[in-house]
Amino acid sequence: MSDFLLEIGLEEVPARMIAGAEAELGKRVNDLLTRERLLAPGARLTTYSTPRRLAVLAEGVLAKQADAEEQLTGPSWKVAFQDGAPTPAAQAFAKKAGVAVDDLKKVETPKGEYVGATVKRPGRAAAEILASELPKEVLAIYWAKNMYWRAAKPERFVRPVRWVVALMDSDIAPLEIAGIAAGNASRGHRVLHGDAPVIIGAAKSYKETLRAASVVVDVAERRQIIRKALDAATRTVPGARWREDEALVETVTHLTEWPSVILGDFEPEYLELPEEVLVTVMRDHQKYFAVEDANGKLAPHFLAVLNTQASAEGAAIIRHGNARVLRARFKDARFFWDFDQKIPLVQRFESLKHVTFQKELGSYYWKTEQNLAAASALAAELQTDGAAFDESALFKAVELAKTDLTTELVKEFTELQGIIGGLYVRAQGLGERVALAVYEQYTPASIEDAIPSTVEGQLLGLADRIQTITAMFGIGNAPTGSKDPFALRRAANAIVKILAESELPLTLGDVLAASGAEQANKEQVSAFLRERLHFYFKDVRGFAYDVVNAVLAAGADDVRDAAARAEALAAVRGSEDFAAVSAACKRIKNILRQAEEKGYNPAQAKLGELALEAIDLWHRSKEMEPKIAKLREQRSYRDALALIATLRPTVDTFFDKVMVLDPDEKIRGANLGLIDEVLRSFSTIADFSEIVTG
Amino acid sequence: MSAAQAAPRVKPTSLTFQDLLFRLQRFWAERGCVLQQPYDVEVGAGTMAPETFLRVLGPKPYRVGYAQPSRRPADGRYGENPNRLFKHTQFQLILKPPPVNVQELYLESLEAMGIDLKHHDLKFEEDNWEWPAGGAWGVGWQVMLDGLEITQFTYFQQCGGLDLDPICAELTYGMERIAQFLQDVDSIYDIVWARDPETGAAVTYGDVRLAEELQFSVYNFEMADVPRLWEHFNSYEGEAQALLEQASALLTDEHASPKAKKKFPLLATYELALKCSNLFNLLDARGAISVTERVGVIARIRALAVGVAKAYALQQEAS
Repeated sequence: MSDFLLEIGLEEVPARMIAGAEAELGKRVNDLLTRERLLAPGARLTTYSTPRRLAVLAEGVLAKQADAEEQLTGPSWKVAFQDGAPTPAAQAFAKKAGVAVDDLKKVETPKGEYVGATVKRPGRAAAEILASELPKEVLAIYWAKNMYWRAAKPERFVRPVRWVVALMDSDIAPLEIAGIAAGNASRGHRVLHGDAPVIIGAAKSYKETLRAASVVVDVAERRQIIRKALDAATRTVPGARWREDEALVETVTHLTEWPSVILGDFEPEYLELPEEVLVTVMRDHQKYFAVEDANGKLAPHFLAVLNTQASAEGAAIIRHGNARVLRARFKDARFFWDFDQKIPLVQRFESLKHVTFQKELGSYYWKTEQNLAAASALAAELQTDGAAFDESALFKAVELAKTDLTTELVKEFTELQGIIGGLYVRAQGLGERVALAVYEQYTPASIEDAIPSTVEGQLLGLADRIQTITAMFGIGNAPTGSKDPFALRRAANAIVKILAESELPLTLGDVLAASGAEQANKEQVSAFLRERLHFYFKDVRGFAYDVVNAVLAAGADDVRDAAARAEALAAVRGSEDFAAVSAACKRIKNILRQAEEKGYNPAQAKLGELALEAIDLWHRSKEMEPKIAKLREQRSYRDALALIATLRPTVDTFFDKVMVLDPDEKIRGANLGLIDEVLRSFSTIADFSEIVTG
Repeated sequence: MSAAQAAPRVKPTSLTFQDLLFRLQRFWAERGCVLQQPYDVEVGAGTMAPETFLRVLGPKPYRVGYAQPSRRPADGRYGENPNRLFKHTQFQLILKPPPVNVQELYLESLEAMGIDLKHHDLKFEEDNWEWPAGGAWGVGWQVMLDGLEITQFTYFQQCGGLDLDPICAELTYGMERIAQFLQDVDSIYDIVWARDPETGAAVTYGDVRLAEELQFSVYNFEMADVPRLWEHFNSYEGEAQALLEQASALLTDEHASPKAKKKFPLLATYELALKCSNLFNLLDARGAISVTERVGVIARIRALAVGVAKAYALQQEAS
């Protein structure tokens, strides 16, 4: 048994792509070795990566495949041998199987006697298989964006391949990837190690050999080093903490081969800038971690993760350089902030005419007018329900919501739109409720985010999004397949989430109606919203798909009500009685469908035409119907479902004893009428026939 | 006193702005590059000069470097912002095809400017470049030195809407940033451009360029005559289109002589396209192009640039 190492040396791979590629390389190598029967029992696969390399170490690889025998069956014995002598059919089969005619033997099959041959397949050497298969696997790795680099463009990859190490224990496995012959020479850290080749003596010593060349190839280990170094650097400031940011930790982990951390400072006067701006500059533009004091307030320091281990002198230079860049950016931000205050947001409304929302639709001035109309409709709906909110704050917020698009600060930090608007509203004294609504207008940005914290913010968010969706659908920009360039799915997800998690007395239908969309468009958008609702229940809330189908079939307009029904249904669906009732509902549906196909019509159920068991069902369901209706009204869905489940014995007996599709037309009609009514009265909470049983 | 000011003072370089350029140029000249002078038509980036835009097309190997003043009218700040300029200097380098050790060469070029990498933090961070109006794009990095972007490093994949084969490496050094960084000055205008070897008297970036920044900001933002700019634009565009039509007829004519094809003035046609591009930037700075119009005007420039590139490729094949 051997250890096999593959390292692909690359120019710096984009940080966001490395983790996926590392995992894919591991899977491809594992699948290849498994498929080719080259893994010994208990074999272990480990993957590594840095910005300049992807690697996989397989411990427990067989030097060659085990030999195999295969039994082939040929023509029937009678055809192959006549009078004991082989016929041309026997000779042809022997030739095809690669054996001598003398080695053919008789095999008994259920169909009679046939000619058989045992073919020996000698196992191929691992090296041979890897040489022919591995390069294909490597070059098939998916990259979000890749490139050509060699003349005549023989292959594409994320960045040029510069070296390949392939070792079976200590021997070079001869293979070639992208024109590079594999060897045993890797490379170390660009600066700390320099250009001298790093010879990997044995596959197993890969990790340690590279560590000696100032490269930590294990991603988890680098992540740990970075976290510890962040802690250590922060400890130099009493009471301070670095602000946790998992995504940023991932990014810098994939930007470094030998990470270290420096703590730098900036002038406390910049703390007058909003924290959002400071953090965006540090995190998004400079990939620095922010530091906060014991009270969680931003402190005038930053943490930069370096891809080197500098001396004291070097660290001073690096700290100074990073601080200078940050200071220049903060200075710019402060300049923009001050500059923007010269024209208050209220005076920027007109200039939205020059900011395009969508070429075929209009400007943000147009968009704001549309949003106002939608918000008015939603506000009117809320007033009917007597819900409390500040109407004038809402309209002010809708009116000002997009004006920050004309500010210099948003032009510089586009990711802060809305947030900057909210901060300016506050700074310009236009009211706290207005400020908050504007500030939170784009939340939830992702399905994990919280919804806006105020009713005004929720209404602004709903109005803005439904207007965008219907307008985009109206000009043929609905999402298709994986293409959703205007992020309309995200917008619709947010609508569903706001309705589900707020206390707004609004349904999807109310929201859609507020958009003022045309009828044809409305149907399309309605279906789209319903699809997003399905997504929300299934993928976000984690309900089983049959529960979601059952609940939505009984009503998909009131999101919170549907959620409550789904919860109740999910809780009872495991019980045996309930499963039986579900099965009965399915059976009823099938019978009704059959009847319809045959042209049988249900009739008003008359007691005189029903069998005893049918009368029993009729009584029980009549007795239960008002109770269920009442429980439904009280939204006591679990009680309602429990009550429905008690119907089981009655239903079971009914189907045992009664032939619904009775030859007698009158009886048949009455039976059909009965089951139709039963199904209807029990389907107000969920369509139980959708539940998968047994 | 803030903690930042208490940090140990870092020794700035004694190299002037022009010293840095000399060193960079010498370094690449010694590695087989043609040193060109900056192109004498207004461009927004070194990529737009024909030494890049046209030379990258076709199979002929080429290595060239030049310091290209690059105009971005909308970026002007009347000389008041210490970090922003209307016109900055890009040292532009094209290596076609890229040598396998192109990154190592690049690092050596930094050392040639006196940057001791042992004392700095260097990262190659993903940054893919594109110039839609030129039908050009590539993948690559922004090279970060101690948190400052000092170079755009691109593997050019397409130019003028044409696939490149071989591809080339394009290195664009931001000279003002590098000088500001190495001289450790807070304002671009304090960069020492040259120093008198006898008296030691410094000529600063501000001495050389401040008036230009101020006056061009005034012109670009306030005084450039919008109707006339449109007239110029239409006029240059019209002439370029007419030339392109002739070029297309001639270069696809199997009976036309190679000599006639070779002498067709595509290089002049390209200059007309560049004029349009600069006029567009001026109109943009004047706020004369609405967002709706923008896409359309860019498409007009693209038609010219891509048209020239296609014709140029045909012309190269013919000769």
